[in-house]
Amino acid sequence: MLMHDTALLFQRYARQTLRSKFQMLFGALMPLLYLLFFGPLLTDMPLGARGDSWQVLVPGLLLQLSLFGASFSGFALIMENNWGVVERLRATPVSRPALLLGRLLRDAALFVAQSVLLVLAALVMGLRAPLAGILLGFAFVALLTCALASLSYALALKIDTPQSFGPTVNALAMPSMLLSGLMLPMALAPNWLDVLSHFTPFRYLVDAVRDAYVGMYATSTMLYGALVAVGFAALAVTIGTRAYRSAP
Amino acid sequence: MPIISTAGLARTFTTKAGSVEAVRGIDLTVSAGEILGFLGPNGAGKTTTLRMLTTLLAPTGGAATVAGFDLRKDPAAVRRKIGYVAQSGGVDPQETLRDELVLQGRLHGRSRADAESRTAELAAELGLTELLDRRTAALSGGQRRRMDIALGLIHRPEVLFLDEPTTGLDPGSRADLWRLVRALRDTYGTTVFLTTHYLDEADALADRIVVVDKGVVAADGTPAALKQRYAGSPEASLQDAFLAITGRAPAPVDATPVAI
Repeated sequence: MLMHDTALLFQRYARQTLRSKFQMLFGALMPLLYLLFFGPLLTDMPLGARGDSWQVLVPGLLLQLSLFGASFSGFALIMENNWGVVERLRATPVSRPALLLGRLLRDAALFVAQSVLLVLAALVMGLRAPLAGILLGFAFVALLTCALASLSYALALKIDTPQSFGPTVNALAMPSMLLSGLMLPMALAPNWLDVLSHFTPFRYLVDAVRDAYVGMYATSTMLYGALVAVGFAALAVTIGTRAYRSAP
Repeated sequence: MPIISTAGLARTFTTKAGSVEAVRGIDLTVSAGEILGFLGPNGAGKTTTLRMLTTLLAPTGGAATVAGFDLRKDPAAVRRKIGYVAQSGGVDPQETLRDELVLQGRLHGRSRADAESRTAELAAELGLTELLDRRTAALSGGQRRRMDIALGLIHRPEVLFLDEPTTGLDPGSRADLWRLVRALRDTYGTTVFLTTHYLDEADALADRIVVVDKGVVAADGTPAALKQRYAGSPEASLQDAFLAITGRAPAPVDATPVAI
């Protein structure tokens, strides 16, 4: 039931995404621009981290892609809700979690695909990293996407005024990006900023992916990153499912 | 054995300003194969009641059974037996009619082949066959409404809930819809529970009318019985009976608006 319905809804949303070339490529545009026009600035800079500048920057850009992309996933749900599609689906016996999971799987597939594109471009720019680390990075992108998209959908179902959705999400995503050290590692930060950044889940994820990109898989950083990613995703999916269950 | 029966079904909304009793206690029964017109002024609790009966909104009080299942204990079983067509419809403009109908059938547990053949069958019945591979955005108002109803009928529900199904339709499309509702009942014995603001529609279509006002049932009977009781004669207009039931002044004799 859950698997069957999730597969059906995943197919529907994946088909919608495949129809929109714009949606598929546009999300990767911002991180690609950072890669092209910001990445070269870092090549000779002491970043206080292991590995070269690309091994520091690319993990950050991957999570940035997910942070800004998945956080706005709710926009499509606001539209779908206005059309009455959500209510129509809720009046069928469809498994409630499947309504969310079908969308999340599509989102995870979309952002992992964009991540692959980004990493290929980074390889051309000069990135060298172990394959296992790169694959592990994609797993973190998928988990973060599921977490953020779930919260975004929950917000979209609660919100009364669609106009306030974009500004609200931006107001949360911008400080999250700055505080997580996505662009430059927090090793460069003064102590207070470093401490503050540990209050965002993204800090642990980006540190873990940076470890993965230098081939260090059995570190406490990796353990914390994995625990935070899985825990954050589990919590967010629970919140998202509850929002679907009780949608007004 | 009624197909819908409710006892004291109620819903209170809690807002920042306090609690609002949108539906204070609805008692009604609907027999299988009946066409029920569910009327009431704006804000009377019609839509809230409909959303409770279709499992979209959890009641805060009372009890109900729909199509043999307890609404509060087993909403999932109720969903398998009912079709619901919201006033706003519920199609994605970028999807084709076929994709929407097949998905709906499969979410009701039909196999792909089964959902596809049922889609073709319904499209033929509702005059949508030529349009199946178009995007729903391309449909006219009347076609849209037939598509919405097709979605509600894909699984051959025992009860079909229609929320203001003819609002915004031209007279021809309205007449088509009336014929469709009668045919559903006559051919398949489907029970139809419909809300409307058009009293002529309720008069022409409904076997029985329930009027809600201020969150409770204010009147219940055949159109003729309501006219006799509240407007003095079975030949009176349902409009006058409705105004008497809801405690509003009757309209002047020369002004007879159809909608309320």
